[in-house]
Amino acid sequence: MSVIHDPLSEEAAARIILSAAAAGSPLQIRGGGTRTLAQAGGRDILSSANLSGIVAYNPAEMTMTARSGTPLEEIAAALEKHRQMLAFEPLDLRPVLGTGGIPTIGGVFATNASGARRFVAGAARDSLLGVRFVNGAGEIIKAGGRVMKNVTGLDLAKLLAGSRGTLAFLTEVTFRLLPVPEDAATIVVSGLNDAEAAAAMATAMSMTVEVSGAAHLPESVRGRVLGGRLPDGAATVLRLEGLAASVAVRAEKLSAAMASFGAVSVLDAGATAQLWREIRDVQPYADGTARPLWRVSVAPTVGHQLVAALRLETGVDAYYDWQGGLVWLRMEANPEAELVRRYIKALGGGHATLMRASAAAMATTPVLQPQAEAIAALSTRIKEKLDPAGLFPAGW
Amino acid sequence: MEQIGFLPPKAAVLSRRREIVADLADLLPEGCLVHEPRELVPFETDAFVSYRRVPLAVALPETTAQVAAVLKYCHRYAIPVVPRGAGTSLSGGAIPQEDAVVLGLSKMSRILEVDYANRTAIVQAGVTNLAISDAVSADGYFYAPDPSSQLACTIGGNIGMNSGGAHCLKYGVTTNNLLGVKLVLVDGTVVELGGKALDAPGLDLLGLVCGSEGQLGIVTEATVRLIAKPEGARPVLFGFDSSEEAGACVADIIAAGIIPVAIEFMDKPAIAICEAFAGAGYPSDVEALLIVEVEGSEAEMDDMLRSIIEIARRHGVRVVKESQSATQAALIWKGRKSAFGATGRIADYICMDGTVPLSQLPNVLRGTAEIIERHGLRVANVFHAGDGNMHPLILFDANDPDDAARAEEAGNEILKLCVDVGGCLTGEHGVGIEKRDLMRHQYAEADLAQQMAVRAAFDPQWILNPSKVFPLEGRPAA
Ligand SMILES: Cc1cc2nc3c(=O)[nH]c(=O)nc-3n(C[C@H](O)[C@H](O)[C@H](O)COP(=O)(O)OP(=O)(O)OC[C@H]3O[C@@H](n4cnc5c(N)ncnc54)[C@H](O)[C@@H]3O)c2cc1C
Repeated sequence: MSVIHDPLSEEAAARIILSAAAAGSPLQIRGGGTRTLAQAGGRDILSSANLSGIVAYNPAEMTMTARSGTPLEEIAAALEKHRQMLAFEPLDLRPVLGTGGIPTIGGVFATNASGARRFVAGAARDSLLGVRFVNGAGEIIKAGGRVMKNVTGLDLAKLLAGSRGTLAFLTEVTFRLLPVPEDAATIVVSGLNDAEAAAAMATAMSMTVEVSGAAHLPESVRGRVLGGRLPDGAATVLRLEGLAASVAVRAEKLSAAMASFGAVSVLDAGATAQLWREIRDVQPYADGTARPLWRVSVAPTVGHQLVAALRLETGVDAYYDWQGGLVWLRMEANPEAELVRRYIKALGGGHATLMRASAAAMATTPVLQPQAEAIAALSTRIKEKLDPAGLFPAGW
Repeated sequence: MEQIGFLPPKAAVLSRRREIVADLADLLPEGCLVHEPRELVPFETDAFVSYRRVPLAVALPETTAQVAAVLKYCHRYAIPVVPRGAGTSLSGGAIPQEDAVVLGLSKMSRILEVDYANRTAIVQAGVTNLAISDAVSADGYFYAPDPSSQLACTIGGNIGMNSGGAHCLKYGVTTNNLLGVKLVLVDGTVVELGGKALDAPGLDLLGLVCGSEGQLGIVTEATVRLIAKPEGARPVLFGFDSSEEAGACVADIIAAGIIPVAIEFMDKPAIAICEAFAGAGYPSDVEALLIVEVEGSEAEMDDMLRSIIEIARRHGVRVVKESQSATQAALIWKGRKSAFGATGRIADYICMDGTVPLSQLPNVLRGTAEIIERHGLRVANVFHAGDGNMHPLILFDANDPDDAARAEEAGNEILKLCVDVGGCLTGEHGVGIEKRDLMRHQYAEADLAQQMAVRAAFDPQWILNPSKVFPLEGRPAA
């Protein structure tokens, strides 16, 4: 049975790391425990559960500092009081992965988990201003700061964002916030096939209407969001946010342009919030099964080509976010990792992460995209500089 | 006053100068190597002109393969390499050293691909910032980060410094608009980081490279984000009776949840300098001026400007000048964007770049004035106020060594003040040599050591731009 360490302070975390290093017993870092990112393999667990709480919230400057184990819910509640939010819409994968746990802010940044607004407002890493962490040598390190612009030295905060517990134990994060838009609406274009949808989304993005979400839900998926209330046929959905008057003007403009692609309807702010939450959290595939689920990141116009190519060879179902650049790909039977990655490569590159599959398939499939040799070697050298004893799992 | 030091030149490199030049000539096509002493002079400094070092040679490769060949050679003989774009760095980031080969990207200045459906452009590192926007402008797009030097500076240099500009308040700085690079590692290996996909697998090496000041590798190509141009953009000018009121107004605009595209600040001396140069119609009888720009349709702009003007009135704004035409808008921006050049015509100056939390703006403006006065100098403040990125231009006479020393001293005090109120040494110009010896004021020893260790994972021998960013003492042994 693995031991769970949940230190109350950075110093205590440093002591745990030092003694683990001395004993030669590797550690697995855990945030809210909502997903298992690398194979724990019986390692002892270093948890941020007790490093919790908002350290500083300055609504006027739109920045917040929180300990890494702070539940996302607590942060959202604090932000709501001032009508502010995280720009990158962190996703909650518990429903689709069938896991429990409590999402934490540290876990969000450690996985760089970013939702629909990513393709216009950046990923979690783009909101991260500063971090504190304990490295594998037990040293407490600060990087970045709390101001919006900072190019003082190497940007280690970016390196830590998305490092998935492979480099160091995040203890505190400082991030920027955005005001919650006053109003929002979604333009729904119905009945487009995947290729037509890609063209429609590209057109929408070329317009000056500031689309902040562009997704395509093929007919197989359309009924699994908004309680099936979207109009019949595949749904291409485009989100607009901002001041109410401005949203109305832009909605009209966008609707007019989209009418040449298909039947257009509009969702109000309430339905918009629900729809984009479900798209973000992969609700359509929260089907209680362990059928293999890939998260694929490619150039936006390539997403539908990839799915079309795969369809000829195997049973897949898919939907698209980020204008087509983020593909949630559910396989009928096997993960088909080799096939998926071969087509991604052939279509110009990108990467695929296996998010869900049967335990057996997870154990035998390369879950993360294998990297070019030179990049993998460089990543290993970097890891050695943060975690010289190799206490934390490697993973790239 | 002590001058900023460089690493002592390696005797072993200097003594092999002729051989090295001959070897590099073999690696490069004709016309791509500069080594005549007279021809090396233009490369001896950048826009931080107080410091000069004539390099050993300048390589101006035309292809990634040639960049790789030069690096591989220099790596083999541990010859320092200083990457260079247009040499507009304000922190001395591109200043060479006597034993260094300058690797200039100026011949690699092509736009390789524009892809509107994916809203990306792939460009060579030596292309100028403005050339990207110019190439896509007719089709309704632009590349967002817009340093005032955009006519000259290169995208490679922008990546080196993670440069910003007036419009970064809304669109973010270079790192937020960069999707991928082709990077030549110190041993000549070529890697692709990122690409047209919105995120890359594994560690965020792209995020690490952006802003690394040429110390992790040489960027030869970049994939950047293009953005559809807004329907319209309109600046408004505000004149205030005090810098503090203007500073407080900025903080209140942001706190109100309004994010304009740009909020630029100028104090009285800066207004006078810019007005004399550009004739932009700035009011001459105010203590401070804000340029606030909003974007969108006419109705949206009206809406936003109304709220912004209301906030300014609460802060006792005395002059409100809404731009009535595109020509007027262009003129307003011309004044702002020529601020550094115009200042350079009346005096020598050094430009500080500290960033502070917004609530500290009035406090730091006061502190700056006091420091400047104590040193018997003059200052003009012109900066990106919306994100707290301050640019006091300290005016001095470069022919008077005492004046120059006091200017450097005052600059250091101002930057320390920025750090002490919760900010940082540099928001967009980079550390270079200029702020290198202040790094210990911002970072604890362990923090710096961690950064240096990561740097060494890329360049164990410390040959890439070695005199920059990290204090010369206390570096890890190679
Ligand atoms: C009048 C004036 C106004 C300015 N305004 C702004 C402003 O508004 N905002 C702002 O952020 N900056 C501004 N700057 C500073 C400067 O223009 C920027 O730092 C710019 O990005 C430098 O680009 P460059 O091509 O001149 O690079 P250089 O000065 O040649 O080099 C900058 C750094 O990048 C490295 N480097 C260059 N090319 C490469 C490459 N291909 N691969 C790896 N490393 C490389 C160099 O070694 C150096 O460390 C201004 C400068 C001037 C003179």
